[in-house]
Amino acid sequence: MSASHAEGKNYLNWEKGLWSWLTTFDHKRIGILYMITVMVFFAVGGTFAMLIRTELFSAGPNIMDANQYNQSMTFHGAIMVFMVIIPGIPAFLGNFFLPMHLGAKDVAFPRINLISWYCLIVGAAITLVSLIYNGADTGWTFYTPYSIETDNGTSWVVFGAFVMGFSSILTGLNFIVTTHKLRAPGMTFFNMPLFVWALYSTAVLQVLATPVLGITLLLLLAERTMGVGIFDPALGGDPVLFQHFFWFYSHPAVYIMILPAMGVVSELITAFSRKVIFGYKAIAFSSVGIAVVSFFVWGHHMFTSGQSEAAGILFSFITMLVGVPTAIKTFNWVATLYKGSIRFDSPLLFALGFLFLFTIGGVTGIMLATIGLNIHFHDTYFVVAHFHYVMVGGTLMAIMGGIYYWLPKMFGRMYNEFWARITFVLIFIGFNVTFFPQFILGAMGMPRRYFDYLPAFESLNKISTFGAWTIGVGFVIALFVIVIAIFKGEKASDNPWGAKTLEWTTASPPPHENFLETPVVTGGPYEFR
Amino acid sequence: MEHDSHHIIPFKTYLNILLGLLFLTVLTVLVAKPVSGFDAGVLNAFIAMLIASVKAGLVAAYFMHLKYDNKLHLALFLISIFFLVVLFAFSWFDIITRIQQLSTL
Repeated sequence: MSASHAEGKNYLNWEKGLWSWLTTFDHKRIGILYMITVMVFFAVGGTFAMLIRTELFSAGPNIMDANQYNQSMTFHGAIMVFMVIIPGIPAFLGNFFLPMHLGAKDVAFPRINLISWYCLIVGAAITLVSLIYNGADTGWTFYTPYSIETDNGTSWVVFGAFVMGFSSILTGLNFIVTTHKLRAPGMTFFNMPLFVWALYSTAVLQVLATPVLGITLLLLLAERTMGVGIFDPALGGDPVLFQHFFWFYSHPAVYIMILPAMGVVSELITAFSRKVIFGYKAIAFSSVGIAVVSFFVWGHHMFTSGQSEAAGILFSFITMLVGVPTAIKTFNWVATLYKGSIRFDSPLLFALGFLFLFTIGGVTGIMLATIGLNIHFHDTYFVVAHFHYVMVGGTLMAIMGGIYYWLPKMFGRMYNEFWARITFVLIFIGFNVTFFPQFILGAMGMPRRYFDYLPAFESLNKISTFGAWTIGVGFVIALFVIVIAIFKGEKASDNPWGAKTLEWTTASPPPHENFLETPVVTGGPYEFR
Repeated sequence: MEHDSHHIIPFKTYLNILLGLLFLTVLTVLVAKPVSGFDAGVLNAFIAMLIASVKAGLVAAYFMHLKYDNKLHLALFLISIFFLVVLFAFSWFDIITRIQQLSTL
């Protein structure tokens, strides 16, 4: 035992003071920096969501005008996508646990890791500058030609997203190299936890797809400032080309959001079933399969925006293929639960919530991939409900489950299980009350992005808004549960869940370099029975 | 930790590549219509991009050591190129079929 460990030193008290946090190269501390950042942005993006839903509580203007509504919607989307869900799992939980899962002391490039956090902060700050210039009202997709013409702070939001893209690329690069180069002795690819497989697949997407977004946003800036004419039809450009470029990144980005969530769910289900995961290789390869297929489906966002019918048919067919690896994962998770010694602690509740909600999100995705149905559903609340079932029902449920699961390891403290379950109940019920009516509203023809709606849609909108408030209460309670646990929680043992992956073999909280001795791996990650 | 052995590229090879790059730069200028009057019509951009790609390939292979490096790095590089081709090919497929669909000819 090293002297520092004997003195009770861990990564939290290894160095003291704010400066030591702002200049740290420790992947765990950088993970915590991301945790705080993501939680703050989530609070801001969530506040915009509450404002939007409150405005839509009844027909006609309620608490804001149409312009403020468009801006709220834009900031809600941009913040939640670029600052919360994309960095949420990889940069926060991934940063903390990828090296520990591999038996490594840190990521391959600790300095680049810190730079990636600063890229996120600087990009977010640049985005906020837009507020000085009357905000932005394009939605997070910045579709041309409107984004070229609109006279406000759109350029700042676009440039902010460009800078934040570097954060994503650098994190992905770091994870790929770490996975290849820093595995502990005996940690073969097939001995790696499935969370690592998911993070690896995500990292490939981050490295390959994000630069395309960067170039696209730069071209948009050039279009706005110099009128180069790539996307502007008046200058011989093609606005649909912008959508091609944008979705070439942004559809894989959906999988940047969901693949790590699937990795978290794999960990939770096997740990709380106390069973070897069913179909390890199938789940591992399906992560890679989803990552690869996700590059060929972006045109399904453009069925009704001028894309040719032939391209639409092609993209529709390929999109259906995403269902195959996704279903493989879902069936394997259910098979893992079968005859397991299940503990219904809150991390597993969130994982089960993920299974339920993500399945609805996935199946409605197949409906939207069908061109004939898409003509009816496009740009309605059906789409809004679908992608919230995937992003919130999928990713946020996994983040919550992951936080509760790993909180004892990260801070050496237990959370209050009763209140954690209450948060699950509120978020799960609130979520369904918010978004299920939106499927019906969409099928009835209520268009998305509008400030106002017909009186016929009012009752379902009221239900939806009540659901949103319920989610809001759930997340506020969750914040208290987490903060109280960190500062006042009961002391956690090194392995309170009896899980089998490497991070549970070290102290809680972990020492500065994760393990007192480099672990030697002799078997798979889930050797329960 | 394993250490990859580094291949030392002879100075003469670097010099040859440099001369090759300079030659291709001159060639790029020579086939530019405003300079030489050379006009290959719709192939103008294609020719310029082809020369630029050869130059990029030389830089990647020799100056960035991809030719002598771990083949995994070459595979990653080629995968990136593949996905770029996917982006261009699918976008091109849309545009070309859109033109056919909308054309009255």
